[in-house]
Amino acid sequence: MKRSRAIFTIFKKEMARFCKDRRTMTSLILPGILIYVIYSLMGNFMTDAFMTDEDYKPVISVVNCPDQMQSAFSEEIFVLQKTESIDAAKELVADSTLDALVVFPDNFWNDMLTYTPSPDNAAPNVDIYYNTTSETSSVAYTSVMAILDGLEASISNKFDINNSSKTYDMASDESMASFMFSMIMPMLLIMFCVVGCMAVAPESIAGEKERGTIATLLITPIKRSDIALGKILALSVLSIISGASSAIGVIASLPKLMGGMAEFDGSVYGASDYAFLAVIIMSTTLLFVTLVSIISCLAKSVKEAASYVSPVMILSMVIGITGMLGSSSQAIWVYLIPVYNSVQCIVEIFSFEANALHIILTAVTNIAVMGVGVFVLTRMFNSEKIMFKK
Amino acid sequence: MKELIVVKNLKKTFTLSKKQQKIEKQNIKVRTAVDGLSFTAYSGEIFGLLGPNGAGKTTTLRMLATLIKPDEGDAFIDGASIVSQQNEVRSKIGFLTSELKLEEFFTPNYLYDFFSSLHGIAPEVARARKKEMFELFGIDKFAEVKVADLSTGMKQKASLCISLVHNPDVIIFDEPTNGLDVITAKIVTDFLLDLKAQGKTVIVSTHIFSLIEKICDRVGIIIDGKMCVCDTLHTVCGGKTLEDKFFEIYSEHCGGDE
Repeated sequence: MKRSRAIFTIFKKEMARFCKDRRTMTSLILPGILIYVIYSLMGNFMTDAFMTDEDYKPVISVVNCPDQMQSAFSEEIFVLQKTESIDAAKELVADSTLDALVVFPDNFWNDMLTYTPSPDNAAPNVDIYYNTTSETSSVAYTSVMAILDGLEASISNKFDINNSSKTYDMASDESMASFMFSMIMPMLLIMFCVVGCMAVAPESIAGEKERGTIATLLITPIKRSDIALGKILALSVLSIISGASSAIGVIASLPKLMGGMAEFDGSVYGASDYAFLAVIIMSTTLLFVTLVSIISCLAKSVKEAASYVSPVMILSMVIGITGMLGSSSQAIWVYLIPVYNSVQCIVEIFSFEANALHIILTAVTNIAVMGVGVFVLTRMFNSEKIMFKK
Repeated sequence: MKELIVVKNLKKTFTLSKKQQKIEKQNIKVRTAVDGLSFTAYSGEIFGLLGPNGAGKTTTLRMLATLIKPDEGDAFIDGASIVSQQNEVRSKIGFLTSELKLEEFFTPNYLYDFFSSLHGIAPEVARARKKEMFELFGIDKFAEVKVADLSTGMKQKASLCISLVHNPDVIIFDEPTNGLDVITAKIVTDFLLDLKAQGKTVIVSTHIFSLIEKICDRVGIIIDGKMCVCDTLHTVCGGKTLEDKFFEIYSEHCGGDE
């Protein structure tokens, strides 16, 4: 039997095994969908929690408002509500009927102007009663604080900082997106690559050993290396589907997670960036598939394989976190370090600094390491001590 | 008759882990499972390997099936060495043991086609043989039922069919009737006799005397990895029952300890 046909037969069986199994397919595709749904919901929740309607006017009561401040506490900004007594108004704030109660002391304006700071002399104090459990009360508190802070600053104003309507933050939408994406994505993408492999590789190799079905394959007249290659091929396809699903889920949901801010839209990246990203994700996934397959081959059961793979996942996440440190000008040999090279390339891609040489070097390194791993795996398939370990 | 299986001085040792040493309450690090075993099986005969548990029967069969390699010696299946021509050996034998399981997720139909493909059998040949085998063992009604949902007997019958997809000349069965109900066991033993009638060589390992007496032409008695007796059933028994003869040989081998 031709080697390619044998490998394809094993590949087809593995694909049938996983594609017809709803549980496995769910575990491969669902993470991407779940990530999108959860991140979107989180974004919506945070937007609702921390942002209120821009047209909303807080309902407040102001007691002893100085004439000079009547314009600041006007009906244009607030809905002013009269109060019978301070205690009654406090109760209204407590039950969220009133957003805030502002109480100026008697003769506040004159006392403030004549006040000289000293340890023995307390400054005139304005009481603002509010309710942190109410979003609108928090808005009211912030608005009142802004007015009073402005007043305080104007009394002793010597200079201002950025006190105009000009745009001072020179960051472009693209650089904002690149900053956020390059911080978050390396760790997430590396993690999803490992998770995708973990969902299928232990089941395919350690699972077959555990169930005793691998021996049935091993007595067929095809090379054991072909069995290993067929399995690796199928696991690679499935893991790449899983990794891609998760990556798409993250990229699509990140703008929503960031509260719908347009600058975090993944569309700032071009087709070449996404092509580079696909190369890196695929080569990294292939590397992890081989690594997880080798570990699974050493294990006697799926459970044992999962416990062996856990440190790999933790280590990968740690390497992924190094992406948060950014990508400084790296020596070329850095791109020969598996996984770390992928993290650096992902940072570069999301920072609009993708370098074709780095991408090629990383992909070639990952594929070369995979090749060594596949060789080791085929040797392991030939070892009776490993395949029939009890 | 043609010598289809020639076993020459096979030896196999296993290294015991500390856990195994503790379980077996032994201080030895290496256990000899098969110790210089030699025998020959001819075409058109059923050869029985008889011995107590741990005698080395299964290890011998696993070496013949190329699942494990011998430390010393060699065996030739229709001229192919189990040491140097493993793929050739695998294409010549059908091996069935309780150690070999079918993937429970698939149906017998799918698995039959899959293993036929691995053996490089033409689809039309495989289809005709599948029909014949499935009808013979009554699997045709369950061909599209997942293996997980089959009864133990039906699983065993499906395994039997799948182990013989390539219609091999040498069939190696380890405890062929173990765990089967009487009806399925009868179907299997009748099938073994049928294979013999077709001129195939069958090796069975068992510790069931009646099975050996019923179907085997020749028998080898293995104790502690060594072949104590190997001859025709008639010669080995010498007028006694196989059970009586076995215990006589066993007592001699163990120095009258039993």
